Amino acid sequence: MGAIREACNRLRSFFQKQQQNSDLDAEIATHVELAVEENMRHGMPEAEARRKALARFGGVQQAKERHRAARGLPWLDILLQDMHYTFRTLRRDRSFTIVAVLILALGIGANVAVFSVVNTILLRPLPFPEPQRLVRILTKKTTGGESSQTYSSDATKEYQQRNHSFQSVTGYFAFTSSDNYKLTVGQGQPVPVTGILVMGNFFRTIGVEPFLGRLFTADECLPNSRPAVLLSYAFWKRQFDGNRGIVGQAIDLNGTPTTVVGILPDTFDFGSVFSPGAKVDIFTPFILSNFEDDGNVLALMGRLKPGVTLAQAQAEADLLFPKLDFNQKHPNWYGNYTGRLLGMKEYVSGKLRRPLIVLWCAVGMILLIVCVNLSNLLLARTAARSKEFAMRSALGAGRGRLIRQLLTESLILSSAGSLVGLGIAFAVVEFLAHQGSIALPLLSSVRIDASALAWTIAIAIVTAAAFGLAPGLKMSAGNLQEALKDAGSGASEGRKHEGLRSALVISEIALACVLLVGAGLLLRSFLHILNVNLGFEPSHAAAIQMDYDDGGNAAKRGAIWQEIIRRVEAIPGIETAGISDNLPLSRNRSWGIQAKGHTYRPRDLQGTFVFMISPGYLRAIGMHLLEGRDIRWSDTPTSQKVVIINQTVARALWPGEDPIGHIALVGGTEATVIGVIEDVQESSVEGQAGWQMYLSATQFGPEGSELVVRTKLPPDALASSVMATLRQINPGQPATAFRPIQGLVDHAVSPQRFFVLLVDIFAALGLFLASLGIYGVISYSVTQRTQEIGIRMALGASRSRVQLGVIWKTLRLALVGMLVGLAASVVVARLIATLLFGTAPTDPAAFAGTILILSAVAFLAGYIPARRASRINPMIALRNN
Amino acid sequence: MADVKLDLLQGTLDLMVLQTLASMGSLHGYGIARRIEQVSGDEILLNQGTIYASLVRLQQRGWISAQWGTSDNNRKAKYYAITRSGRGQLAKDSAYWRRLSSVMGRVLAMQTEGDR
Repeated sequence: MGAIREACNRLRSFFQKQQQNSDLDAEIATHVELAVEENMRHGMPEAEARRKALARFGGVQQAKERHRAARGLPWLDILLQDMHYTFRTLRRDRSFTIVAVLILALGIGANVAVFSVVNTILLRPLPFPEPQRLVRILTKKTTGGESSQTYSSDATKEYQQRNHSFQSVTGYFAFTSSDNYKLTVGQGQPVPVTGILVMGNFFRTIGVEPFLGRLFTADECLPNSRPAVLLSYAFWKRQFDGNRGIVGQAIDLNGTPTTVVGILPDTFDFGSVFSPGAKVDIFTPFILSNFEDDGNVLALMGRLKPGVTLAQAQAEADLLFPKLDFNQKHPNWYGNYTGRLLGMKEYVSGKLRRPLIVLWCAVGMILLIVCVNLSNLLLARTAARSKEFAMRSALGAGRGRLIRQLLTESLILSSAGSLVGLGIAFAVVEFLAHQGSIALPLLSSVRIDASALAWTIAIAIVTAAAFGLAPGLKMSAGNLQEALKDAGSGASEGRKHEGLRSALVISEIALACVLLVGAGLLLRSFLHILNVNLGFEPSHAAAIQMDYDDGGNAAKRGAIWQEIIRRVEAIPGIETAGISDNLPLSRNRSWGIQAKGHTYRPRDLQGTFVFMISPGYLRAIGMHLLEGRDIRWSDTPTSQKVVIINQTVARALWPGEDPIGHIALVGGTEATVIGVIEDVQESSVEGQAGWQMYLSATQFGPEGSELVVRTKLPPDALASSVMATLRQINPGQPATAFRPIQGLVDHAVSPQRFFVLLVDIFAALGLFLASLGIYGVISYSVTQRTQEIGIRMALGASRSRVQLGVIWKTLRLALVGMLVGLAASVVVARLIATLLFGTAPTDPAAFAGTILILSAVAFLAGYIPARRASRINPMIALRNN
Repeated sequence: MADVKLDLLQGTLDLMVLQTLASMGSLHGYGIARRIEQVSGDEILLNQGTIYASLVRLQQRGWISAQWGTSDNNRKAKYYAITRSGRGQLAKDSAYWRRLSSVMGRVLAMQTEGDR
């Protein structure tokens, strides 16, 4: 109570200085007058009485000072005083202030932006209640794409019933493609919409409550129930203008009136958690019994019961999964299931941990370079101000007070830098959050939040201490005489001073060197990724999702497809066209393939990626048929089934033989191998190509259809004519976009591109700061040595000799820095080796490039002051004493 | 070292001021200083100016109150008076001082016996 009252009173006093001072003055005046009167009453003459009274009172100034200290906030007074002084000196030194604040802003901005990304993706828990209990259920298979990581309807049902670890197990349909629904509003053109089927308990399991309306009821998840749909918040805002009345109404999805039962909250973004880079508009119930015969279609996850550990659940899963039925109607078909339980957070961001930490370290190094740079700048300033400090010290300022003053200065600089940096970070984060095309999880929810602000403040304080303390200590430690001597002109600068600054520059160069090597390695690795032989040619090809109505009749489908391709190929500018149900580097699905008449051990076979294609598709997307023939229109539903395999399958199933003409069992059906194509990177750019096969879409049932055209024209120029052609055949064709195939590749490599871009920007920043550092030191030393150089030139040193001297000095610094940096780089390169693709951590190009760039920059940074040195006029330099 | 001495002195001065106001009623700064000097029998040499820091501190803690008034010889002076919470504090502090001084007395007495 008392303490609070005192604090309040002190604070009040702080703001009522004027009043309180005049009060005190009046009080002291009265005091002295009373004393004088009393003394005079005792018979002293007035002058003596006054002298005595004042002596008894003691120092009036001290009394006032004590009064101020007792009533107000002395530390705040000092701080204000220091700040006032700092602002004045900084305003006087405007160019120094601007440079310092900008350097700090760049360093701090980069750090805060990266922290926000790291915090969102790595540190913060997933945006669900009790996210640590959420578990993703995967299989232990490592090949075969999505199909081998999913489970059948029956297996899911059985696992739900038999397990004791999970409070609930749920899943979603794993083979959704974008724009898979048509929404028709009134008489308008159908709008393409991306929807995903989720099990009825999906939202309850992960803990998402609807923003409006309700979730699916149990009835809505039964066969032949009333169709229901949930809308994502963004889609509701976009498509229905946030109209609350839409809940409870029916909308036309794929020609079926479907009731909107609810709107999901803004905070739930399915894509950002489960399928980075994808946007999902609507959710419909996954009806288990409708998919009993469709094989492995469900991606599973669950919420553990409270108190159950992942290890316990895993132990149970190891027992349960092998016993699960693939399809209860066919108890002899084995699912061969395995279960690998992975914490949801680990599933979402586990793979990103290393790259993000590397990124974090990179910005940390930037911050170090910034600190070193500012230390250097401040040291130079300190040297110039040593006289001022000597004077203040001589006037009685204590060492602590001087350091306090310098720290206040650096704190103000770093605060200003933080403010500007926060602005930069805000812009960067805002930009990143709207990069829907970067396949990084949770990126859309990156923002500058409270923890980022706390981080900024921490950085500001730490950097201020880091770059302010060294000059501060150095300054206040110097003895008065030396300072006054040093400041006198004529004496060349103390060696100690220069030694410290050189050491700082060397460390800066070393840090920049490490950054450059790291960035170089990552860049080389990324270029390797871009140069991978994809097995198809993404440039000059584009795809559009098309809709048609074959009524489930394969022959009719063949006729429609043939007509579409004929008409599309007739459009001027289109070289060739083809149709496939799946494109590479996007949705995938796998079946089994084996040579007829062989028996295999399970480990000899792999899930094989299946693509159902039209004749001409291989040519349109640019895949290379190595031998045999393409699929023909004459491969009809009634003729002999055919299959094209990739090299990997050919090598595995018919080693040393020509596979053409052999009979293969494709998902249980016999098909003749008619061709072999070069391996295609079907699921990732940098991974190993898996087993692939291509079937005729008229002999098997395709899921969806992508029309691929090869053209030299930009796809946008063709969009309207292709769309018109598609509408001629099917008026219900939704207005889907033309997507360049290159976009698939870009999307697949977007995380790498993101990291490489950031690391390279940081390396460039580091290089720039280091060059500033070199320039600063050399330039300063040239200024300091103007007279010395003047004398040398007067004694006959030539211009080039002076120039070389300065440049040599620069290069010597750079050389030492690079040696230290390269040694550190070797270690760092080994640490990031796992992030590299096709690039050794000792990649000579990266190292040589770094040496070259750093030497060139150091040379340039030294050349400018060197030129200035060589222009020194000895007469003026000597006279200028 | 200097700080420690000052702290002790500060605390004592605060207590003296409180006691003076408690026994004498309302007084101005000069009056308090003189009174303390008289009572102490000039054993402590008080820099009278220091009393004002003590007064403002006590005032801010709410233990004394201040009011401008007029002195006997018609001078404008600030008069201080002890408050209720000030009396409470005085009771606490003086009890503490008595205990401390009696303990100190006993301890010092023991040392003298040991010397003998």
